[in-house]
Amino acid sequence: MTAKWGLRCLAFGYLGLLLLAPVGMIFYKTFEHGLGPPIDAMTSPDALHAIWLTLLMVAVAVPLNTVFGVGCALLLVRHKWKGNAVIDGIINLPFAISPIVIGLSLYLLYGTDGWFGPTLSEWGIKVLFSTPGMILASIFVSLPFVVRETVPVLQEIGTEQEQAASTLGANAWQAFWRVTLPAIRWGVAYGVVLTTARVLGEFGAVTIVSGSISGQTETLPLFVARAFENFDEQGAYAGAIVLALLALTTLLLMSVGGRKAKASGGPTPVGPGEVAISMSNPKEGS
Amino acid sequence: MEGHPATISTAPPRAGLRLPGVGAGLGRGLVGLYLSLIVLLPLAAVLDESLSGGFGAFWDSVSGAQSMAALKLTVISSLIVVAINAFFGTIIAWVLVRDEFPGKGAVNALIDLPFALPTIVAGLTLLTLYGAESPIGLDIAFTRVAIIVALCFVTLPFVTRAVQPLLMEMDREMEEAATSLGAGGFTVFRRIIFPNLLPGILAGVLLAFARALGEYGSLILISGNIPFKTEVSSVFIRSQIESGDVSGASAVSVVLLAISLALLVAVSFFARGGARK
Repeated sequence: MTAKWGLRCLAFGYLGLLLLAPVGMIFYKTFEHGLGPPIDAMTSPDALHAIWLTLLMVAVAVPLNTVFGVGCALLLVRHKWKGNAVIDGIINLPFAISPIVIGLSLYLLYGTDGWFGPTLSEWGIKVLFSTPGMILASIFVSLPFVVRETVPVLQEIGTEQEQAASTLGANAWQAFWRVTLPAIRWGVAYGVVLTTARVLGEFGAVTIVSGSISGQTETLPLFVARAFENFDEQGAYAGAIVLALLALTTLLLMSVGGRKAKASGGPTPVGPGEVAISMSNPKEGS
Repeated sequence: MEGHPATISTAPPRAGLRLPGVGAGLGRGLVGLYLSLIVLLPLAAVLDESLSGGFGAFWDSVSGAQSMAALKLTVISSLIVVAINAFFGTIIAWVLVRDEFPGKGAVNALIDLPFALPTIVAGLTLLTLYGAESPIGLDIAFTRVAIIVALCFVTLPFVTRAVQPLLMEMDREMEEAATSLGAGGFTVFRRIIFPNLLPGILAGVLLAFARALGEYGSLILISGNIPFKTEVSSVFIRSQIESGDVSGASAVSVVLLAISLALLVAVSFFARGGARK
């Protein structure tokens, strides 16, 4: 009995001091003087532009990584090949590399002395310190999620139903849209949610490639950092609360989605924590 | 759908669905192209830049006093953090699997918050409670302790999530047998439970270590970024880029990359070995 309470106290105490109390505190600080100040802070031109730009990152990076992720997962699971282990390893790289190194790598490719920079600027295309570079950084950091979510559900559903569809005359596209995609939809949906959350919150890589020009190349996380450094605490807290609420929504969506997937009898997709440790799962990939 | 005649029913059933629209070869080509453009070419540029002044210049950049101080701080902080999270992460996993209490589902979902919360928000959040305006009078901002706390926050889920499935699969009969043979609670833990959880703890520790080494967003507001004191490697790399020493930044980046890669290889090697057992 005492051991049980001791363990409970350690677990809850740690979670409380590290997670709950700080998150509660920032909510308190934001709404200390009512709803007015945070709403004012979030409707300033710079804040609105930051929100718009953040949504633009999501609108480009998430569809690209979703199409790539589902295609790549099909390739890894359904087409045994000795190169699959290499592809799988490369896909995990963005999880293990510092966001700052990711930012630096794009800086070196697209900078004025970079490999592609001079040629692209001759063509009149500006990548670094503008939107395309920030989109590339967002794609890089959020690359693994859809693959990591789709691979296990694809393995779990097997191929019997697809074979049946094929025997009944369905072509590859019909089998994919009517049989495979409905069966893996929860895994893909989880991947999309995690990709979105990562793109919304990316800071380090985007910092390097954006140049943080306020009102121009500033996403919401960059806005939060600049507001805080400029002693605009209300702005920083309000921006942080918007991002925190999005993160909590992510967790809620996944928790509800997981229960629905379980209820429908399909394969249960893996949560954000399990995705991050999926590199250590030997069943995945090749 | 053009160019893809429907498989007629007389054809032999195929071994599962192919990539729709493209063959496996073309699919591999497209995946390779995407990965090259997004991941491999940029990383190759870092490696190239780090060696642009020859190996001597590379080594000078890495072994410079400020660079070494940052690297040492990063590695030591990360080691302390993974030790703390190995301990608490295992206890949290235990409580979530073996204990029953109201609101367990919510606590379980909350464990993933550090992965869902943007890192800059994580740093700011910790600063509101443990910064200069701390309501509990605990100001750790701009100290090494702040680095440890921030890294504990962002790597919290790794060990818990790696240990949880092992605990759920564990056969309780082993523990019951040991207890009935007279083993005390601690002996059962040390001889039976701990060895079974060890692969999960180690996998979680390696991944958390890799994450802690490269962490940036949660640290910049709370660590103060003071060279030789609270400047970690990722912050040092950024200051090198801003001062125009891109080759130096690349050299330190390559060191971080090499450690991350070694950890990734260790994790997958270790997971395969663990699975065979």
